[in-house]
Amino acid sequence: MVPHSARRRMRDGLLRGMLWLSGGLVAALLAAVAGYVLFRGLPHLTWELLTTQTSVLRDTRGIWPNLGNTLYVVGVSLALVLPLGVGAAVYLTEYAPSRRLAGAIEFAAGTLAGIPSILYGLVGMLVFCQLWGLQASLLAGSLTLAVMTFPTVLRTTQESLKTVPQSYREGALGLGSGKWRMIRTVVLPAAADGIVTGCILAVGRVVGESAALLFTAGMGMSLNHVFASWENFSRSSGATLTVALYVYAKERADFDTAFAIAVLLLGLTLVLNGAARLAGRSIRQRGGERRE
Amino acid sequence: MRRRFHPAEAGMRIAFLLCGLVAIAFVLVITLYLILAGLPGFGHIGFWDFLLGRVWDPAAGRFGILPFLLASLYGAAGAILLGAPVGLLCAVFLAKLAPPRLAAVLRPAVEVLAGIPSVVYGLVGMLVLVPAVRRWFRLPDGASLFAAIVVLAVMLLPSVIRVAETALRAVPPEYEAASLALGATEIETVFRVSLPAASSGVAAAVILGVGRALGEAMAVLMVAGNGANMPGLFRSVRFLTTAVAGEMAYAAGLQREALFSIALVLFVFILLINGALAALLKGR
Repeated sequence: MVPHSARRRMRDGLLRGMLWLSGGLVAALLAAVAGYVLFRGLPHLTWELLTTQTSVLRDTRGIWPNLGNTLYVVGVSLALVLPLGVGAAVYLTEYAPSRRLAGAIEFAAGTLAGIPSILYGLVGMLVFCQLWGLQASLLAGSLTLAVMTFPTVLRTTQESLKTVPQSYREGALGLGSGKWRMIRTVVLPAAADGIVTGCILAVGRVVGESAALLFTAGMGMSLNHVFASWENFSRSSGATLTVALYVYAKERADFDTAFAIAVLLLGLTLVLNGAARLAGRSIRQRGGERRE
Repeated sequence: MRRRFHPAEAGMRIAFLLCGLVAIAFVLVITLYLILAGLPGFGHIGFWDFLLGRVWDPAAGRFGILPFLLASLYGAAGAILLGAPVGLLCAVFLAKLAPPRLAAVLRPAVEVLAGIPSVVYGLVGMLVLVPAVRRWFRLPDGASLFAAIVVLAVMLLPSVIRVAETALRAVPPEYEAASLALGATEIETVFRVSLPAASSGVAAAVILGVGRALGEAMAVLMVAGNGANMPGLFRSVRFLTTAVAGEMAYAAGLQREALFSIALVLFVFILLINGALAALLKGR
């Protein structure tokens, strides 16, 4: 080894220090944000808060309705986006006769992924709330978020479908299976982990979304009995956890409740990230096998 | 080969095709609606009066969005200046320097940072950063462009790190091996060989960050003060996104048209950024 000059060693050390520093800064930022949210919110995240609704008359504060609204929006938007996103991914990897059409679809998905959520909220308001007559409702919000998460599901499914070995398809076709049968019995089961990852990522985006729901799903805080009737299911409106956090913090200056919701959202983020990592691991392993 | 007609096969083929076409339909509908809803405002207010007007006062019938336009641009630029260097250095650290066990902790941490909802960033910014800004700079109110820039800088870190790290990992190891064999140190190799080789990906990371900053609404709404002022670093400002989010709930008539026109302006910016991104990533 040639000994390096003092100046080179110094510059090396300086740059190395900056790299470590920025890595440390990012970790410290997460620790600071998470730590502060836990510190402020954890004492207020009580069982009572989770199971009651906010009422001025009874002097209670609770986020039970908002939990329900979040679950509704997650469930309905996922049920809508899953077949669409997976279907589009299957079309791109298994059918797509012309490169130009596939390119156009991929470009469209890329464009959708870049549109800010506030614009989704506006168009959702114009199309679902006004044109379709749904008013501000959880259903309209779910439809809006289904459109917003479409590219996420499409992309993760597509990545996963690409790692399904070609020999699986050839084997199925060689045994006389039709294309749809091959997709249903061989390709999709083999890509299940990717579809699950896509769903988890979509759920993460839905849980964390607020701007797109502000004008589509409403800001109400009272309990919806969405399964009582179709009328309730399609007309109920209300704030999800994120929107409720915004309302409590910005409009009611009730920071204790806002931080308690933030703790809940932080916990959900951690759980969903962990789940996505677990599901993603098996895709990566398969991708590695195929390359060998 | 004998081909028979299977109704199920043909039906599913069409169903999958429709799913694919839905992507294009979504983009077309969104574009169409933003244009249809946004154009009348331009017509009624006047193109240049709208874009270059310095006063936004719906009560007086004045709809100039130059303050919002500049606040958005300054905000995005400031957030990038503050966040991109840290993000890029962190990406280099993760891709080339970090011991594997440390990287295995830091990488999920970046993912969590990306997953935290924007309202949570807004809340922490509102209660920690805004009072701090007020105290540090002795202001009457800390809700300002500066506070928004800091929050946005933190929020765009994960996307910058992710894209830049992917680009850095894609650099062929032969390049780095050649540089090391010629006597360059590990650090010199990273900065003189790896980063330039990944330059298009690094540029994509920065542009993606700009897009994130321009499009963010809720966190900005909570820390920027939302005054319709011409931007100054320590003034209360309104971004394009927050101008829409703040008034849409109760706006009517010309004010509502103007808000949709603001959305159209924002959409044009985002399309330009998407176009730049697509061009960059295609060149790779």
